[in-house]
Amino acid sequence: MAEIRTGELMNMKHGRPPVLMPGFSFGSVTDKIANIVIAERTPLAWWLTFLPCAMLVGVLGTAVTYLFYRGVGIWGINIPIGWGFAIINFVWWVGIGHAGTLISAILLLLKQTWRSSINRFAEAMTLFAVMCAGMFPLLHMGRPWLAYWMFPYPSTMTVWPNFRSPLVWDVFAVSTYFTISLLFWYVGLIPDLATLRDSAVNRWTRMIYGLLALGWRNSARHWRRYESAYMLLAGLATPLVLSVHTVVSFDFSVALVPGWHSTIFPPYFVAGAVFSGFAMVLILAIPIRKLYGLEELITMRHLDNCAKVMLSTGLIVAYGYLMEAFFAWYGTSQYDKYLSWNRAHGPYAPVFWLLILCNVLIPQLLWLRKVRYTPALLFVVSVFVLMGMWFERFVIIVISLHRDFMPSSWGIYIPTRWDWAIFAGTLGFFMAAFLLFIRLLPMITIFEMRMLVHETSEEVKAS
Amino acid sequence: MTPPVYGLMAEFATAAELLQATRRAYTEGYRRMDAYSPFPVPDLAEALGVHSDRVALLALTGGLLGGSGAYGLQWWINKIAYPINIGGRPLHSWPSFIIVTFEMAVLFAGIATVFGMLALNGLPMPHHPTFNAPGFEGASRDRFFLCIEAIDPRYDAAGTRAFLEGLNPAKVVEVAN
Repeated sequence: MAEIRTGELMNMKHGRPPVLMPGFSFGSVTDKIANIVIAERTPLAWWLTFLPCAMLVGVLGTAVTYLFYRGVGIWGINIPIGWGFAIINFVWWVGIGHAGTLISAILLLLKQTWRSSINRFAEAMTLFAVMCAGMFPLLHMGRPWLAYWMFPYPSTMTVWPNFRSPLVWDVFAVSTYFTISLLFWYVGLIPDLATLRDSAVNRWTRMIYGLLALGWRNSARHWRRYESAYMLLAGLATPLVLSVHTVVSFDFSVALVPGWHSTIFPPYFVAGAVFSGFAMVLILAIPIRKLYGLEELITMRHLDNCAKVMLSTGLIVAYGYLMEAFFAWYGTSQYDKYLSWNRAHGPYAPVFWLLILCNVLIPQLLWLRKVRYTPALLFVVSVFVLMGMWFERFVIIVISLHRDFMPSSWGIYIPTRWDWAIFAGTLGFFMAAFLLFIRLLPMITIFEMRMLVHETSEEVKAS
Repeated sequence: MTPPVYGLMAEFATAAELLQATRRAYTEGYRRMDAYSPFPVPDLAEALGVHSDRVALLALTGGLLGGSGAYGLQWWINKIAYPINIGGRPLHSWPSFIIVTFEMAVLFAGIATVFGMLALNGLPMPHHPTFNAPGFEGASRDRFFLCIEAIDPRYDAAGTRAFLEGLNPAKVVEVAN
């Protein structure tokens, strides 16, 4: 009998490309993804990206060692700007870490089939971004070896954490988010690890993937519990995604500092997080699909959808900026009014205007179909969005702190080379970890692609 | 002592054939059997007679334990172990305790879901007799299998083989234990 293949169209209406190009069978879609890991040679481009990133990891190690030796005085932070790069980068990385679980959990519950090709690597991206984020509060502590004081445990000092502080909430929010994202990612990987075990030719490869696959044997009884567990995790992760950046925004909005004490912070932070997360997904997906020839699996439809999510969350973020200005103008606080003026005209005004350019003006290009369907342009817009979101955190932290209530306590913050070294180091760590992931694990969920082949096949459509 | 034969395994080319074969085997009276497919096939577990799983119950239990434990711990710390006045709030200032309660409820529910699912599935289990079946690697690629186990009361080497052969499989093999 004829082999099952994907049907001609998933959704060609309105001239949109399908989520999986026609002509794939269970076997060919499996080989396409699994062979990247187990059969093909590592592409030269992989090495050319990995080596500089690995060097940046070395820079990170050096900078952190020196930081532990000398203390946080090597950074540009001072009083009043005690937070500086450490917290800017923390918030930025956590924000990027939102797209993964959003794609895997919320889009799963909404039955969006286009999530299948991008959820695995978006989840990996989430994990690495949250790792980068997690480093910063630890490094910022000054005495990172006492980090365990943040957790409630019966200590000989008989003191306990202050559970009324958003900083303690943050410890719980970020660590829970990381753990649940890791579990979600690993559960998704189990059947694919079994596929790698069964396709491996080399004995060691088979043993390693076999151990990681936990003996998964594709039993229907197992699949049933597996699907229940996966849906439950999606349901649990959905409110979690929204809660993480909400809690991060409480770190600011619960304080009284002008520019922080605002009720719009939670939704505006969550939208900003999704905005930057999808920008990172596009930045990773566009070169990868080209390099590994995955255009038939990660189609223009995926890029188009990501761009639309970016555009809509970008508009929410822009609305947030508008409302901050409106509250300052309409409210009665002279400090809020001054803050708004200071953002646009003070010593850090260029950063504020760059933020408006990158986050509000440039993303409007995404209204044009031509931009959404040209990967190179989409890539450039995404880079601007990521820079814009970083500037946003700079504006929120540095501009708000550097001039608060009393002019006698005003100050200026200038990041040092060590600030930059650690930031660049985490960028290198993120990319190096991500490259290792695409080299060692299937970057697209193979069994879900087989499901997609099944659902779109002529056999099912005929019945 | 384990019997030398684990069961008889029939291989099919499509999900629809496997589903149909499983339904026939269930109607025939076989119960100790399992189907294997490279992706979750809708209704296949039901065809095997599985109508509920306890994963959701475990998730609920984990969530309730995590949430109530976290709230109880915060109450105990702030009210009894270490009562301090912060901003004039009552010692039992419940709105501040909600976030950690929520996070811990999600964390414990998630952990219970994943480890509960693995435990109910009997995983990790690196070796299983089904892996002895020739060509079983296809179960994680593009082939569909139905295995009737030798411990089924209705199992009979010749009769069961004849029954499976009648389902139009690609092939039927005996699985060593």
